[in-house]
Amino acid sequence: MASVAEKVVAGDVRAVARLIRDIDDGMPEVREVLKELYPHTGKAYVIGITGAPGVGKSTLVDQIIAHLRKRDKTVGVLAVDPTSPFSGGAILGDRVRMQRHSMDPGVFIRSMATRGHFGGLTQSTRSAIDVLDAMGKDYILVETVGVGQDEVDVVRSAHTTVIVVIPGMGDDIQAIKAGILEVGDIFLINQADREGSDKTLSDLRLMIEMDQKKYDQGGWKPPILKVQAVFDKGVDEFLEAVDRHAAYLAETTGSLNFRGSRDKVRQELGEMIKARLIEEVLIRLTESGEFDRAIDSIVKGKVDPYTACEELVLPVLAR
Amino acid sequence: MKQKRRVRVMVAKPGLDGHDRGARIIARAYRDAGFEVVYTGLHQTPEEIVEAAIQEDVDMIGLSSLAGAHRYLFPAVVQLLHERGADDIVVCGGGIIPEDDIKRLKAIGVREVFTPGTPLDQIVRWVEQNVTPR
Ligand SMILES: Nc1nc2c(ncn2[C@@H]2O[C@H](COP(=O)(O)OP(=O)(O)OP(=O)(O)O)[C@@H](O)[C@H]2O)c(=O)[nH]1
Ligand SMILES: [Mg+2]
Repeated sequence: MASVAEKVVAGDVRAVARLIRDIDDGMPEVREVLKELYPHTGKAYVIGITGAPGVGKSTLVDQIIAHLRKRDKTVGVLAVDPTSPFSGGAILGDRVRMQRHSMDPGVFIRSMATRGHFGGLTQSTRSAIDVLDAMGKDYILVETVGVGQDEVDVVRSAHTTVIVVIPGMGDDIQAIKAGILEVGDIFLINQADREGSDKTLSDLRLMIEMDQKKYDQGGWKPPILKVQAVFDKGVDEFLEAVDRHAAYLAETTGSLNFRGSRDKVRQELGEMIKARLIEEVLIRLTESGEFDRAIDSIVKGKVDPYTACEELVLPVLAR
Repeated sequence: MKQKRRVRVMVAKPGLDGHDRGARIIARAYRDAGFEVVYTGLHQTPEEIVEAAIQEDVDMIGLSSLAGAHRYLFPAVVQLLHERGADDIVVCGGGIIPEDDIKRLKAIGVREVFTPGTPLDQIVRWVEQNVTPR
């Protein structure tokens, strides 16, 4: 019998789907599989796509899939939608826009909910990306709604991060300025058939050019492109911009395989340690009952949470 | 963090008829019950539904049909799941489906059929009791 990892590398769709489920459900067994898969990763090109709700991200992903397939590239998609904070459930509706590709063996589409796991969305999506990578997909597209820090971090870990806006988003562009402008490698003004795209273009350009000094010193200057996802306009130009960004990355970092980049590995390992530590510490404290006892003490006013936290964590680390 | 598995269901609308209001309403009820609901939209072929269900690793497929599509499309979904070795995925259906057809559908492996007017919380409870997340 082939191992799970062997099946994944061989492109077994069911094995891939189930492994991503186990990752999502936080099953500790997946770690062994991920270790085995690691040597098979680092080949895919990851594009992260984010933007406000309803700007057309999924429609765009659908068109990008079609264009990449024309170039004979295989594609994996992770479409992340928010978990309801009230019920813990989620409606994952991105797939509706991409369903025409579901019978194409060169395409694998998976919907994921943000859930609320401790390891963070970043950990689970990164593991899922590794799985699609090991499965042999040439490109991996990750869609998130650009609302929370988690969602933004997810697309940030991609090779190319794409921020999608629509015309007339004056206030939203202010919001972008505050948080996600720095992480955008390419800006897309989607729904450019609608009024106001020139204004949005000049607003964005103004903001991007504030960093002109950085570009003069050889930094990547994010292009701003107008697209019309539903009408399949501008997608080739977008992919050409991705190619240019990939070439820039290859030139400045030496390789597109982030496995070899100290900066990326530092970031990835740091996040992994953080997630693992939280998990291990919380499991131990929960199992020993210390966690609950500390909560009781705080509630009863016997101790302050700062002291309780210290008394819980330091001994675990010393063990 | 070890967390308990969450139920994942797919709501699909095979066939060529009409709108997806019913599918959207049930999707919302499932979400409110804490399930993750993958929605695939209108006019799906059985092949597309099964492929999506496998890629999404859902525990159940809820099929809705208004205009008789259940007669050949529901059995086709069950058959294709079987061919793909995915019989563990529960199939249930909803829609205007005559009593005789319900019997026939259940005989070939559709686990439950909900006719119009079935209260949403009854459907949700059925899923909770009959669908175990792997
Ligand atoms: N006019 C116009 N509408 C578009 C364009 N691209 C997408 N849309 C429409 O925008 C709506 C939302 O599209 P989606 O692709 O679902 O948007 P999204 O950003 O993925 O949405 P969420 O995942 O819910 O955040 C749909 O009705 C699309 O048809 C475009 O270029 N022009
Ligand atoms: Mg979407």
